[in-house]
Amino acid sequence: MEERIQLQVSGLVKRFGTETVLDGIDLCIRKGEVVVVLGPSGCGKSTLLRCMNGLESPSAGTIFLDGEEVTSDGKKITQLRQKIGMVFQSYDLFPNKNIMDNITLAPVKVQKRLKSEVEQDAERLLKRVGLWEKRKAYPRELSGGQKQRVAIIRALCMNPEVMLFDEVTAALDPEMVREVLDVMLELADQGMTMVIVTHEMQFARAIADRIIFLDNGNIVEDSKPDEFFTNPKTQRAREFLQTFAYKKRRTHTD
Amino acid sequence: MQDSGISVLFMGKNFLRLLEGLWVTLRISLIAVLLSIPLGILFGMFMTMKNPVSRAVSRVYLEFIRIMPQLVLLFIAYFGVTRAFGWNLSADVSAVIVFTLWGTAEMGDLVRGALISIPKHQYDSAAALGMNKIQTFGYVVVPQTMRRLIPLTINLTTRMIKTTSLVVLIGMTEVLKVGKQIIDANRFDYPTAALWVYGVIFLLYFLACWPISMLAKKLEKRWR
Repeated sequence: MEERIQLQVSGLVKRFGTETVLDGIDLCIRKGEVVVVLGPSGCGKSTLLRCMNGLESPSAGTIFLDGEEVTSDGKKITQLRQKIGMVFQSYDLFPNKNIMDNITLAPVKVQKRLKSEVEQDAERLLKRVGLWEKRKAYPRELSGGQKQRVAIIRALCMNPEVMLFDEVTAALDPEMVREVLDVMLELADQGMTMVIVTHEMQFARAIADRIIFLDNGNIVEDSKPDEFFTNPKTQRAREFLQTFAYKKRRTHTD
Repeated sequence: MQDSGISVLFMGKNFLRLLEGLWVTLRISLIAVLLSIPLGILFGMFMTMKNPVSRAVSRVYLEFIRIMPQLVLLFIAYFGVTRAFGWNLSADVSAVIVFTLWGTAEMGDLVRGALISIPKHQYDSAAALGMNKIQTFGYVVVPQTMRRLIPLTINLTTRMIKTTSLVVLIGMTEVLKVGKQIIDANRFDYPTAALWVYGVIFLLYFLACWPISMLAKKLEKRWR
């Protein structure tokens, strides 16, 4: 991890109508850092991610990526978004295009790169996640886990500097979660800057350099994963972690 | 069967005249359809804008065109506008204008329906890949709406072809009018001509619309 600050969020406030979803978030993410954002549902995790690539415009505060402000200003944001890959919960591949075309569409049309060159990148990545033979298939022919891996590759082919993951395994069958998380782990090992929203606690602990715990639109805790999971500083975080723990309550008499 | 009405079809240039009449109808509807489809796509996109002014404007336009019978619109364009502004619109031009206005409104509403049926996360993921609005529409949204739109567009096209028979009422000699002329001219010699002539007209309309339906089926299969 380098010391260079890649993503800087200052005083970020987001309101929807009268509801304040994010209430003054300050966050610095260094290059190569893997930050996992945890918190109860409705705490603003997804909104924070969506603000980071301009899908939502902040009500107040600023976000800087590599010293450039992320605003919802039309031209600039489309430029900036090429540096921020984002993968969503609902593995939204384009249903009318096959896997290869899904991946190459944006690099060719948006970044004006050569199709053959993009296809080489796509081939390398598809082979790495074991989906090369699916390149001609359509999204509807793939399982959820396969679609999500393709969605990750599609974002990677834009050569982003930061990757945002918004509950990417939440809609998957348990057996498919693993294959997606493995891809993300590998990515983290290669030094990608990542911001991850997830409910997979074990995974969070394994991948994170840093855990951000959000509640009611505020950062309640910002700590190392081991520290967070073994000895959370706040009562709120302790309560949250307890909802994931089960104690044996029933006895069997056989 | 001495007076078999079928023979009127082959007298003089009757059959050719019927075909010419059909061409009048087809020409107007084809021009109107070709203009309506792109304009309707733009209008449909305009209708999905969140801006309240664009919503109000498109609402008024759509309702106005829908509520008015096409015949009234034709009369307004052909007789009304000519009187009021002194523009001398020919029957041809007024028909094309009216059917284009109508087609654009109807097509726009179809496009609007197809556009709002595309899930929001498709727009989000296109945006997240750095596509601007135009690229999102061009590469992601429009191709997905196409397939939904084909059967609806074809239906609209055939409706427009059929409805253009109204132009007879602003003095144009289209296929029905020619048929009527032929029947009237042979009223006494061939009393059964009406059945044959209208039968042929039915067949001509069928031949005009059927290939379009076939094309729709083919396209629907191709653009899965």
